[in-house]
Amino acid sequence: MWERMEEKLQILADAAKYDVSCSSSGSKRSNDTKGLGNTTGVGICHSYTEDGRCVSLLKILLTNFCIYDCLYCVSRKSNDIKRAAFTVEEVVSLTINFYRRNYIEGLFLSSGIFKNSDYTMERLVRVAKNLRVQHNFNGYIHLKTIPGCSNELLREAALYADRLSVNIELPSEGSLKLLAPEKSRTDIIKPMSFLSTRIKAQADEKKLIRRTPAFAPAGQSTQMVVGASPENDFQIMSLADTLYKKFSLKRVYYSAYIPISHDIRLPALGTPVPIIRENRLYQADWLLRFYKFSLHEIIDPLHPHLDLDIDPKIAWALRNLDQFPIDINKGDYEMIIRIPGIGIGSAQKIVRARRFRKLGWDDLKRMGIVLSRAKHFLICNRMSFKPNDVSVEILRDKLLAQSKFATALSPQLTLFS
Amino acid sequence: MTTQLIYDGSFEGLLTSIFEVYERKLLQVKIGREKFYLPDFHNAFLKIETDITKAERVWNGLVKKISTHKCTEVYKTFLSEQKDVEDILLSFTRHAFSSCLNIEGDYGHPAVLAVAQIAKKVHREKHRMEAFVRFQRTKDDLYFSFIEPDFNVLPLIASHFKDRYADQHWIIYDKRRNYGIHYNNESGKILEVQAEAPLSHKPLLPSSICHDEEEVYQTLWKDYFQSVNIVSRKNVKLHLRHVPTRYWKYLVEKQ
Repeated sequence: MWERMEEKLQILADAAKYDVSCSSSGSKRSNDTKGLGNTTGVGICHSYTEDGRCVSLLKILLTNFCIYDCLYCVSRKSNDIKRAAFTVEEVVSLTINFYRRNYIEGLFLSSGIFKNSDYTMERLVRVAKNLRVQHNFNGYIHLKTIPGCSNELLREAALYADRLSVNIELPSEGSLKLLAPEKSRTDIIKPMSFLSTRIKAQADEKKLIRRTPAFAPAGQSTQMVVGASPENDFQIMSLADTLYKKFSLKRVYYSAYIPISHDIRLPALGTPVPIIRENRLYQADWLLRFYKFSLHEIIDPLHPHLDLDIDPKIAWALRNLDQFPIDINKGDYEMIIRIPGIGIGSAQKIVRARRFRKLGWDDLKRMGIVLSRAKHFLICNRMSFKPNDVSVEILRDKLLAQSKFATALSPQLTLFS
Repeated sequence: MTTQLIYDGSFEGLLTSIFEVYERKLLQVKIGREKFYLPDFHNAFLKIETDITKAERVWNGLVKKISTHKCTEVYKTFLSEQKDVEDILLSFTRHAFSSCLNIEGDYGHPAVLAVAQIAKKVHREKHRMEAFVRFQRTKDDLYFSFIEPDFNVLPLIASHFKDRYADQHWIIYDKRRNYGIHYNNESGKILEVQAEAPLSHKPLLPSSICHDEEEVYQTLWKDYFQSVNIVSRKNVKLHLRHVPTRYWKYLVEKQ
């Protein structure tokens, strides 16, 4: 019996790993009933795989049988692979037993689509309900929304799950038609829009009535595959920006396409995974969400690709050298966070510390600011900076030499040797 | 001349020492743990008896001067057990008491910055232990885990595990400091425990005392860990940054 269980787990974990969402934060579920599990809003990464990605949730598919034939997906109907399916009880007992040993923060359950959307979604909801109701489980649950399922099921899912997500998959309708012919943009957007309206309504209600049932308290997220289709970074980032603004998504994940099949419509097997591009997209995403940059400051239709050599914050600073240097002892917080080498944490420290005394280079260094980068863009009380002395090109080269991808980007070495 | 104060190593003992510094109006002073004390003929030596009333007066003074969050950081800094941590905390307390403002944002002051930085390290270790504890279920349904944290974080993680595993009987044992915390789900209380006999040097419990299903779940967890790895994205450097090798021996999936 256990051998079969092992095999199923291998197959269904392997098939789920291309979904990159790993977050277990943003939800509070306190263990008032002395049951199992407690979620405080802070996520925990319990382990890290050799590719450096975190393992926070038990991320599995209920089944990898699928009636769809999306080209970029390993579980597509036409792919000749081993298939397996868990029962509801199996998923529940795996989750409970892993959780009790402190291996995981909770469950991330997705599924291939078998029979139809409602049938599949109903089973996902049943797992979540079983965990919450029968096992008094307060750990984190992330459920995948199956495109095309009924609103009634969505509502029920949101009552038991912390987070729901439906993947955009490809950044444009055209690519979706080409690579995932059975899926449509409307089917994906509809549940997202329904949930976002309900989550907002619930939040408003909570202002009036204190005890309202939790409704997907960790919100929604989505994922886009990058590099499987020809969209440029501008298209990808504009879509992400719209999703954040329109549906208040908590996260948009970007997944560098890993070639898994032979098909002329897709990059050939062995094509390098665009890891650096993926990294730059995440950096741009962070600038949008935490550094108060607007989309057009990061990227525009005339320059539709993010610079692979330098990160988007440096790129912005180099395009806007006239706005620098910033006086660290006087500048606004909004400008200090825009200095390359200074993050949110350091910026807050600077703003608090300068009320007590003027800050010099040594203070900044001790606070942990990356001076090798930041020194080109700021002045403090002792040394001054003359931006006119330095041309953009020289500055760019200096900064480029410090890049974490310096070896990968160097022309002397092949990228994935 | 510097006066050397020696205390018993407890947090209350340190606070009592700080009290004595004020009481005796000592200017040049070093505070150290008894355990590490080496006699030094150049300096005066003073052994401090821990006194809860005196300790509380210092603590309440701090509570009035700085935020609760910063008070927790002071405690975390103490738990780092780092060399000279007593002198940093004394300097911090002096700065806090001598100013009419709340000085916790004064990162230009060496002690204020040091407290923030050491507390951050300790907090990181606490968070790591919340992640890296791996319970093994024994035959009598006790969930047991050894740890060997860089800092003394058991007092910081107790409530996290109590809230999370409220219906479970568990022990987390710090091998380096030779004490553990034991939660009894019936009484709902956490007690400190100490092993009477020397412990085995093995990081995991022998399978003879484990629950019948323990091995199976360890295998399933290892399977899972292997299966979610994406080989074409291999990045060992990043992996090691997140899971430094010194933690591996207690992690089931790294066996």
